[in-house]
Amino acid sequence: MEQDELPPQPDRRGFLTRFFSVVLGAVAGLVPVGAGLAVFLDPLRRHAGGGDFIRVASVNALPDDGTPRKFPVITNLVDAWNKLPNVPVGAVYLRRIGGDKVQAFTVVCPHAGCPVDYKPALNSYLCPCHNSTFAMDGKVNNPKSPSARGLDELEVEIRDGKEIWIKFQNFRAGPAQKIPLA
Amino acid sequence: MNALKNWLDQRTGYKQLLREALLENIPGGSRWRYIWGSTLVFTLTVQFITGMFLWMSYSPSSTTAWESVYYIQHEMSGGWLLRGIHHYTASVMNVLLVLHLMQVMIDGAYKAPREMNFWIGLLLMQLVLGLSLTGYLLPWDQKGYWATKVATNILGIVPFIGPSLQKLVLGGTDYGHHTLTRFFALHAGVLPALIVMLLGFHIFLFRRHGITAKQPRRAPDQKFWPDQVLKDAVACLAVLAAVLFLTLRPWILGTGGGELGAELGAPADAAEAYAAARPEWYFLFLFQFLKYFPGESEIWGAIIIPGLIMGVIFLMPILGGWRLGHRFNVGLLFALTAGIAMLTWLAMQQDRRDPDYRAAVEEAARDAARVKLLAQSPAGIPPAGAASLLRADPLTQGPKLFARNCASCHRYDGHDGLGKVPTDPQSAADLKGFASREWLAGLLDPARVSTTNYFGGTKFASGKMVKFVKKDIAAYTPDQREKLRKVILALSAEAGLKAQWTADEKEAPLIKEGQALFKDDGVGCIECHRFHNNDEDATGPDLTGYGSRDWLISIITNPAHARFYGKRNDRMPAFGDEQILNPPTIGLLADWLRGEWYGPQETAAAPAP
Repeated sequence: MEQDELPPQPDRRGFLTRFFSVVLGAVAGLVPVGAGLAVFLDPLRRHAGGGDFIRVASVNALPDDGTPRKFPVITNLVDAWNKLPNVPVGAVYLRRIGGDKVQAFTVVCPHAGCPVDYKPALNSYLCPCHNSTFAMDGKVNNPKSPSARGLDELEVEIRDGKEIWIKFQNFRAGPAQKIPLA
Repeated sequence: MNALKNWLDQRTGYKQLLREALLENIPGGSRWRYIWGSTLVFTLTVQFITGMFLWMSYSPSSTTAWESVYYIQHEMSGGWLLRGIHHYTASVMNVLLVLHLMQVMIDGAYKAPREMNFWIGLLLMQLVLGLSLTGYLLPWDQKGYWATKVATNILGIVPFIGPSLQKLVLGGTDYGHHTLTRFFALHAGVLPALIVMLLGFHIFLFRRHGITAKQPRRAPDQKFWPDQVLKDAVACLAVLAAVLFLTLRPWILGTGGGELGAELGAPADAAEAYAAARPEWYFLFLFQFLKYFPGESEIWGAIIIPGLIMGVIFLMPILGGWRLGHRFNVGLLFALTAGIAMLTWLAMQQDRRDPDYRAAVEEAARDAARVKLLAQSPAGIPPAGAASLLRADPLTQGPKLFARNCASCHRYDGHDGLGKVPTDPQSAADLKGFASREWLAGLLDPARVSTTNYFGGTKFASGKMVKFVKKDIAAYTPDQREKLRKVILALSAEAGLKAQWTADEKEAPLIKEGQALFKDDGVGCIECHRFHNNDEDATGPDLTGYGSRDWLISIITNPAHARFYGKRNDRMPAFGDEQILNPPTIGLLADWLRGEWYGPQETAAAPAP
């Protein structure tokens, strides 16, 4: 406080009065702020679910020539207080890479998070926001692309010969490394 | 440092602002009686801070309001504390309003030239009460929902504009999404903005006219800073301590079961009447006052008399100018306060003495605890909202359905399912623990079969079954008794009761023996009852799947079906076939009787003999 601006109160009692005025006032104000901040910061102690394998499609649904097809990812979602069974939580591109081997990419552009489109005419994925382009194998195929990394590939498991299961995750947008959202 | 301060001062003039704020003259020095205004500013600030943070997690719609408040209260770190502070500060604020008004009145601070400021203060008081009223609805729990309905219905009786006004406030003809969006906009936007504007003017006028010093002055003049500031700070801290005490009360006093922070009842449900609906305690006097205005005279108690009283209070600065006017004002204010205290006490006293109200409060507490448990179950809260959890919960609905539909003849552990003993005498079986081993042992006990807990009250009291139990079973040899025991195990296992899962599993071999014995002529059951066979001549109820969900639903649907009592059915209505209850409701009743619900089990014990 601006003690130098106030009339001189050199005595000890005056100092204590001023001291406690400020301290007690601050305590009274900080308690509600503290309770509020605890709630405000609550999201920091929550972590992204996911990382589970989810059944997405059957190998039979994919063309033999390796053309990608888009599929929704449907799973149980926890949204704050709601638990929602079997709702779409994202989408992936799947394509065959020889025989029954399958490659999976999340549709989220690793640059800024827009969903990319597969353009058959260009034989590549194009991000409609900032024009990053990605080759069929997900790598950046144009050096002018703003994206620092290729499309994020997801782990794939083929179960029972035909079922495509993917480990669905989201990754941080921006950096050249692929870092899962925690 | 000084250079920086000077730089800032040249551009903002903050030093003068600070001087004006802090160096106000207090004639006669600082005193404790001047703290009330500051504590009100403090509580308002606390409400703004906590309110903003609550706002960040609150979702105003009829399927998300309770749910988001539940999430704040029970899932978010510190949420209960934040809600508790906000809730109890509102309570404390209403007390401080009265204290501030009294101090202003006693010290004569409402008289010329301060009339304007008195009126602004009264407007501020109305706005704060408006905050309390709108805030009470926002959690969308049963209590807030039904209590606020009373308030908005009173709005509807305002002459001429009432119905339209009500529609505008509700955002429609009945409570719904738009009631919440409107109440929330009022609570967090409109009213706070008006309060800030009026409070600015209130403080400006207060500074303009200066403090109304208490005479005689006992000390030399002081500045506001630091002595009065210290007193104010101590007072604010005391207010905060009171709020924290109220928030932490169950923990401090060690009273069990109490949730920390503000109460959150079961989610609002227009179909579930709520007999424990009461306004927040500071509105109880109005609630009580309305009881004295029968029929159409309600408008007097709800609007005209309170309006006239507010009118007289508004005129107090003018009345105060007359000889004895000030004394009249102070006297009236004290009388009003005493009247309010009296009415509040009466309201509480009447509730305390009303067993129906107490039962309703208990039921409300049960529902609130139950819905919390269901919300925390793996299935969680569906998008349709938490009210649907209780509607589909056998443990919540079963007792109510039983009391309404079954308890005029049956009993459940001696009562109607909800804990009350019906006035009609018991004339059919007590169904607590139906189909359990203990229950069946009672049925097959010669000493108990013809008590009202089994067949005693029915026309079967003189039927074949009772005779069989009283004659044949009574004469059983120990060897036959052992066989009967196994038959009971087998029959009870048909029900697949949750409470007996482990026992049934453990005694599977005995149950198998019992199943075979049931069909053994020596025991005699098979003479009348079907049991996993298709005997056309069977005269008693088919005991295949006895007590199972399907069996219970079928017998409630139509006990006179050939599979059960046929034409010999006593008085029990065909609840399904006569469309008294719909299939999901019968399912809830069956699940409840079977102890089939989420969460801990009550032990399925037979009623006391």
